[in-house]
Amino acid sequence: MQNAILSGVLGGIACATIGVFVVLMHMPFIGVCMSHAAFAGALLGLWLGFNPLIGAFGVSLAAAAVIGPLADRGELNPETSVGVIFSLMLGLAFLFMGLMPGTKSGAMELLWGSILTNTRSDITLLGITAVVVVGIVIIFYKEIQATIFHRDMALSVGIPATLFLYGILFLTGATITVTLRSIGGLLIFSLILNPAAAAYQLTYNMARMFLLAAVFGVLSSLTGLLFSYLFNVPSGATIVVTSSVIFMLAAIFSPKRKIKGWQQKPVEEQSS
Amino acid sequence: MNTPVIQIDNAVVSYREDVALRGVSLEVQAGEFIGIVGPNGAGKTTILTIVNGLGKLIHGTVRVLGHSLSPGNGHSLRKRVGYVAQAQNIDPRMPMNVREVVMIGRYGILGLFRRPGKHDWRVVDEMLELVGMTRLALRPIGHLSGGEQQRVAIARCLAQEPEIFLLDEPTASLDWRAKTDIIDLVKLIHDTRHLTTMFVTHDLSALPVACDRVVLMKDGLIWSMGLPQQQLTDDNLSRLYDMPITAVRKRRTEEILA
Repeated sequence: MQNAILSGVLGGIACATIGVFVVLMHMPFIGVCMSHAAFAGALLGLWLGFNPLIGAFGVSLAAAAVIGPLADRGELNPETSVGVIFSLMLGLAFLFMGLMPGTKSGAMELLWGSILTNTRSDITLLGITAVVVVGIVIIFYKEIQATIFHRDMALSVGIPATLFLYGILFLTGATITVTLRSIGGLLIFSLILNPAAAAYQLTYNMARMFLLAAVFGVLSSLTGLLFSYLFNVPSGATIVVTSSVIFMLAAIFSPKRKIKGWQQKPVEEQSS
Repeated sequence: MNTPVIQIDNAVVSYREDVALRGVSLEVQAGEFIGIVGPNGAGKTTILTIVNGLGKLIHGTVRVLGHSLSPGNGHSLRKRVGYVAQAQNIDPRMPMNVREVVMIGRYGILGLFRRPGKHDWRVVDEMLELVGMTRLALRPIGHLSGGEQQRVAIARCLAQEPEIFLLDEPTASLDWRAKTDIIDLVKLIHDTRHLTTMFVTHDLSALPVACDRVVLMKDGLIWSMGLPQQQLTDDNLSRLYDMPITAVRKRRTEEILA
């Protein structure tokens, strides 16, 4: 259980941080595609007998490589191409599952998530990823802030924004890969999106958004683990449902829902 | 001593998949105020993107501030060239305030590992004062009107302390009052700081009267250039925009009376 708790904390932090990028850059579809691609890649590994982590990482990066340039060219709604890739990935995932010889228990674990059976090495991977992701956000905060705000503007002031965009996609692939086993292939994206989406409702300060998202990510993981233990239900599911509940509460109580300009004072002024 | 700050020689430039400039040559001296007009698709935006290195040069040469443009030096050059894009829709829930957005202008010149310091914030506050946005400094950026956001964009550009000032249709989609304010502001900045300025617009009424030179563009080429009074004749406009000269005269009279 201790391993699960640690995994939940580290995974929650890493996913939530990535989630902030996904929410603010308005590219949830890239994240979803990469998640399902990672899932398919992991199953490919299980089927062909190589390390599923490598499969997950490779295929999710491949998906990013295809979709990334589409987002790059400003086509933020490439619905058709994304829809095709999304369904392709899911189809491949189930194909590999079907082709797998013997029991499908490994595949099932990847589907539902198996945070309770995480080992020391899983935690190490999660820990390294969390540290790298958070570290990069801290060290390059201003470049990331500018790239998120408006990539072309960031380019025009002399920031290598395209590099940061692809860096963010790379980190997304890495985070998805290491958290896949804990939360499960179908649910992983919710843990990325929900905590950050909740934080987005509550603050006009980007640094605070990163912090709040991480808090919500950890809260979702720990509360979800608690419910999973108490009621003996799959933990991946409880974690994700908890994160959705947090999001709904944040959305309901969001100060950003007030109508702009209705009050004489601005909705929220926060010093930088 | 009089090397032009911008030297474009027979540039052929692509923009996305199209060839947007088909052989453009232009020299701009330090401190000049160039107005660029022409119909849509003329290549006006593209000519700005080769000055700040974002455009793809297929043929010809471009020298800006003494450096030839090549894939490698784009970032370092862009730190010295300020660019104000057209007014854009900002997400109303974007978690940044006006002051932080203006500070973005200094991120490039700060370099990768430095954080903004007191001096940087002083410059930011100074620029906010210059564009008249001090009172909105802590407002979330997405809550501002189009005109206010353009002023913030100008402040952000100036916070960069650029040597060249590029404005791409800065008054598009702004109301008449905001339009006038922006044009006056740009004129003031040019006059007091002697910044080399290139002002692109498709809206003739937005063209500052104080341009040193006006460049008329059409179909990816420079069609004509010279002093504003000489260039902005009814005859020229009629041929530039493919409008009958009577329609041009009628429209211009209406604009004066409006």
